[in-house]
Amino acid sequence: MSQLLFKNRRPDHTVLLDEYRQNGGYQGLEKALREMQPAQIRDEVKASGLRGRGGAGFSTGLKWSFFPFDAEGDKYLVCNGDEMEPGTFKDRQLLEADPHQLVEGMALSAYALNINTGYIFLRYAYNQCYTNLLQAIADAKQAGLLGRNILGSEFSFELHVHRSAGRYICGEETALLNGLEGKRPNPRSKPPFPAIKGLFAKPTVLNNIETLANIPHIINGGAQWFSDLALTEEGAGTKLYGLAGHLNNPGCVELPMGITLGELVEEHGGGVWLGRKFKACLPGGASTPYLTADHFDVAMDYNPLEAVKTRLGTGGLVVFDDQTCMVAATLNLMRFFARESCGWCTPCRDGLPMVCWVLEKIESGQGTVDDVTMLKELLGHINGRSFCALALGAMGPVDGLLRLFEEEVLDHVKKGRCPLQKS
Amino acid sequence: MSELLSPEEITELKRQIAAVHEPRELIVEVLQAVQKQNGWVSDAGIELAAELLGLSPLQVDEVATFYDKIYRSPVGSKVIHVCDSICCWTRGAEMVYGHLQQALDIAPGETTSDGIFTLLPTCCLGACGNAPSMRIGDRLYSSLTIERIDAILDEERQEALK
Repeated sequence: MSQLLFKNRRPDHTVLLDEYRQNGGYQGLEKALREMQPAQIRDEVKASGLRGRGGAGFSTGLKWSFFPFDAEGDKYLVCNGDEMEPGTFKDRQLLEADPHQLVEGMALSAYALNINTGYIFLRYAYNQCYTNLLQAIADAKQAGLLGRNILGSEFSFELHVHRSAGRYICGEETALLNGLEGKRPNPRSKPPFPAIKGLFAKPTVLNNIETLANIPHIINGGAQWFSDLALTEEGAGTKLYGLAGHLNNPGCVELPMGITLGELVEEHGGGVWLGRKFKACLPGGASTPYLTADHFDVAMDYNPLEAVKTRLGTGGLVVFDDQTCMVAATLNLMRFFARESCGWCTPCRDGLPMVCWVLEKIESGQGTVDDVTMLKELLGHINGRSFCALALGAMGPVDGLLRLFEEEVLDHVKKGRCPLQKS
Repeated sequence: MSELLSPEEITELKRQIAAVHEPRELIVEVLQAVQKQNGWVSDAGIELAAELLGLSPLQVDEVATFYDKIYRSPVGSKVIHVCDSICCWTRGAEMVYGHLQQALDIAPGETTSDGIFTLLPTCCLGACGNAPSMRIGDRLYSSLTIERIDAILDEERQEALK
């Protein structure tokens, strides 16, 4: 199977500039600067079908098309490297193994978008990634691959790294921009969207690490080749899937976009641990509604997962065995989201703790049928009524719980205790 | 200017601040520098950062109190952040957290009587494939077991006492 992003990955090894170039690195940038106009790169990215790997899955080419690349003055390219969604650790793997892919991807994207300054917003916990990026940027600059007049061309691009200090909301693009500017990272009202008014109120493009790291491969191999890597007709490229939870072989793997859930669990995740059975999973990180074994044939791609009322998200698969209480799992998730709410709007600030309170009541055996009804009402009250998408994502697992495991929830009420609790 | 940072550190921060688009862009870096030297960011630290960045103390404090890796209260010389997010939860985070409380004889948010360890929960350390995990200072520890936790605490304690 084709490996793009993990092609050079080896245990406890970071690819430095020489090795990266020996393996074909920076050829995409050289090709672009010598042979291609920025518009050709934008067209190629759009034709490739690449969709944002940060969670939302929006078409990268379409997102770029909203950007006023011909506008005069400062414009920015920002890499969203906050990656703080539980179950998601792919970008860390990428930067620890092969950081120049991001540097090259950002330089290429900046050339395509007529941008001269870029920032990588990196989450606080990623020490090794930070060290790797600083070295990669310094080495690339030394080699004339960043900075002024890259590879003797007219194009110049400066790249900076900003370290955060730890809050999930920084993954929301406008909160990230506030954080980058040194302000309290609450989300901003949209519109105007960052493409028009972003960092320092200037036009800004934000893309995820994995998204940007794919750009050199698209330019090297071409849009059609990249698109054909996927197993689904409408999919494109490969995907970094995180494997976590009750699996025999947790870890992070690069596989074609559209591999089935069953193959991901059984073959690449090594099956469910301790000889137990598969009960459920979060297919794409903490904010995605659950799937069950009935969904093993579903392709891990944006559209097929939306068809079964969940999302690919970041591709971070979290598996639960048959001894897991889904109320308790959902409670854990909701505590995370309630704690990480920035507190800016009422549905999120007050609604998520309310959901926690109801779930705690049910899990402890104190819940009533009215509480289950209240949970359903809260789903309706919170979804679509918050300032940003944090609360919407937070309610994903609650939605899955009520759709797929309502009987288990009601069993807590009937028995007056968690039915899976060992007595 | 202050006893919280050395004159050399202040000169270096001023150099960095002068080089960026807007001074407040470096607010986290300045707060981290104060915290690195002093263990936490006191009110005096907030005022120092505000002076360096040309902001009001309130503007600095509203950022400092937002991030959970900026400490606005005194902490031990080593802060233990235990991941309690879903992947670690599936693989024994509650056991890890419970054992740490027992071994250190403190509740979450407290500091050991010798001033070495402060115990805090944290959201996802990005080590989901090697859960359960915790972080002590800048070090990440994964695939935790009771035995491994005890050995790690011993090593970290010895290092703190040196």
